[in-house]
Amino acid sequence: MFRSHIMVCGGTGCTSSNSEKIIEAFNRELAENGLNEEVKVIKTGCFGLCALGPIVVVYPEATFYSMVKPEDVKEIVEEHLLKGRVVKRLLYDETSQNDTVTSLNDTEFYKHQMRIALKNCGRIDPNNIDEYIGYNGYEALGKVLTEMTPEQVIQIVLDSGLRGRGGGGFPTGRKWSLAAMNDADQKYVCCNADEGDPGAFMDRSILEGDPHSVIEAMAIAGYAIGATKGYVYIRAEYPIAVQRLQKAIDDAREYELLGKNIFDSGFDFDIDIKLGAGAFVCGEETALMNSIEGNRGEPRPRPPFPAQKGLFGKPTILNNVETYANIPQIILKGPKWFSSIGTEKSKGTKVFALGGKIKHTGLVEIPMGTTLRTVIEDIGGGIPNGKQFKAAQTGGPSGGCIPASLIDTPIDYDNLIAIGSMMGSGGLIIMDEDTCMVDIAKFFLEFTVEESCGKCTPCRVGTKRLLELLNKITSGNGTIEDLEKIEILSKFIKENSQCGLGQTAPNPVLSTLRYFRNEYVAHIVDKKCPAGVCKNLLQYRIVEDKCRGCTLCKRLCPASAISGEVRNPHFIDTSKCVKCGACFAGCKFGAIVKE
Amino acid sequence: MKRISKLPFKGTAKQEQELKSWLAENGKKPGAAMPALQKAQEIYGYLPIEVQRMVAEGVGKPLEEIYGISTFYAQFSLTPKGRYKISVCLGTACYVKGSGKILEKLENKLGIKNGECTQDGEFSLDATRCIGACGLAPVFTVNDDVYGRIKDDGSELDDILARYRG
Repeated sequence: MFRSHIMVCGGTGCTSSNSEKIIEAFNRELAENGLNEEVKVIKTGCFGLCALGPIVVVYPEATFYSMVKPEDVKEIVEEHLLKGRVVKRLLYDETSQNDTVTSLNDTEFYKHQMRIALKNCGRIDPNNIDEYIGYNGYEALGKVLTEMTPEQVIQIVLDSGLRGRGGGGFPTGRKWSLAAMNDADQKYVCCNADEGDPGAFMDRSILEGDPHSVIEAMAIAGYAIGATKGYVYIRAEYPIAVQRLQKAIDDAREYELLGKNIFDSGFDFDIDIKLGAGAFVCGEETALMNSIEGNRGEPRPRPPFPAQKGLFGKPTILNNVETYANIPQIILKGPKWFSSIGTEKSKGTKVFALGGKIKHTGLVEIPMGTTLRTVIEDIGGGIPNGKQFKAAQTGGPSGGCIPASLIDTPIDYDNLIAIGSMMGSGGLIIMDEDTCMVDIAKFFLEFTVEESCGKCTPCRVGTKRLLELLNKITSGNGTIEDLEKIEILSKFIKENSQCGLGQTAPNPVLSTLRYFRNEYVAHIVDKKCPAGVCKNLLQYRIVEDKCRGCTLCKRLCPASAISGEVRNPHFIDTSKCVKCGACFAGCKFGAIVKE
Repeated sequence: MKRISKLPFKGTAKQEQELKSWLAENGKKPGAAMPALQKAQEIYGYLPIEVQRMVAEGVGKPLEEIYGISTFYAQFSLTPKGRYKISVCLGTACYVKGSGKILEKLENKLGIKNGECTQDGEFSLDATRCIGACGLAPVFTVNDDVYGRIKDDGSELDDILARYRG
């Protein structure tokens, strides 16, 4: 027995900021102080508050230390663990107000959250199967195999109302029952961990923080549909997740929780990892299956649907990592518990990767139906630097923007689609007044153009032509008729593309056009970029009364576009200016304006 | 479009043996082509046509299919990358300050074109878009080291390259 446990975050974010060194330092300091029999250091998965990483939590008090450096470890060991005095300077500021230390769960960041899929992230050592088992791990699999028929399992998933967390929101139970109905000598259970949306990292965090929950759920799915083989398709760019998942699979095999005759029930199931190789389109289910088969990851026409003819031509189900992470708890706590959370048609919780212009970037899990306002103002801590909230982007390159006027919309699948966006895999990018909406649309479209697999023409050629229209507008050559062309072309691409990538590619353009049409018009008619982002429409000017003639801007200018004498106002020659902004950033008197 | 290497293939017998024994063991499993290319890239660092041919034989697929897979995924490279990867910023601010000339001088000094790698595998050269260091223009990077305000007559380049040679 240990009197204290030190949890150090080993997620990718905190690992990049040296959490491995912190763990080493703890082990060394504990040994030097003779505490290694009393205190245990555990490397956990992501705590979610990535903005304040690396994170260290000391239990049983649940003292939350943020932005810890290896040099701080000695002080934590000597003060906190030896003398029982909390190191106040390292506390997350919200937990140490008024000289009293409040519990982590009462902070604004955590108190609005409800952790189901992320339940074990930050609580257990993901490399230790015993810790997972200690928190009811594999109990759901045992219950399913020994007490339930496959039909009962599917009924529970149907009753829970769980919908796919990868983007589309298809009811998970229905997917399972379709595959269960088709007889075949072999069926497959696949897990989509090819998280490709720029700005989304919840699947990675679940696999890094709680890999066994996904393994257990896949085995349950295998039993429900009659499959004995599973594949996890995961990005090669996620080395930590791959390594922990492989360790978890090996350990599960050793404990006979994977393999032959699991729990003496006669049920066989095993899982292999397949590494992706960097193609966004492989997040589409049929493209993913082509890729597992070792081919070019191009989508296949549907029907036949994967539930009839999927991987290697056999009935297959594919669910996303987060979807699976919900399954064991639905089995243990029952469908009624799960369906009591959320809104009428969207049950349970959703994990979002909160990023962009927001104070607390990180991973949050909220009940469906939470408003965007709660996420941004309470959990996210608001917009930094006193700026105004302008829009939130959900669904990545397939989604759209939610304007400030709709900040009180409860977040669920159907509401987001109604306002022209989509849930997507859960990237939530917050934008402030300095973001140009035309530029954002262009950014996402550039991504789609790059990632279009090229198989069907509407997507391959259509997105490219659409991007050209946007480039025309941001370079100041657009006409009002172009807006109509954009709408017609977008409709054509959506209706005629073969897979989800093309069918959703115009969404970022259409939604920004719907809510921020005036910005497009400003680019076209006034030849101005209101947010001051689009370089071609931008001019830098020196305000004469403010310029002290310090010559700094003249020296900084890479294009020799600034002239003027010492102690006299300077002047920018706009024909030479390359709009790099070096003068603007360098001026100490605020004498240079962007317009 | 992926650039194809013009460098002669310099695979060793040991590398070939490692790949072939992997292929003998795994090549006939369903879906082996992608893991085989991943393994081959791990062994050789890139996927020249000679290596693709070995993979094609090992997994029993036509070469054009293997080529199709190699060019589809971003992870696969058909050109070798040097031990030191040089990226020259061709963003507007750097370009007007002469980074185009610097790229040209580096090409001459290293004897390779943009996108290629030197014979000894030490240096590879790429032009990149703006890296956001316009105040330091013109800029290039060698792995993680940033070199800014470089003279466009190329007088400093020999000294910089010498730091990485030998």
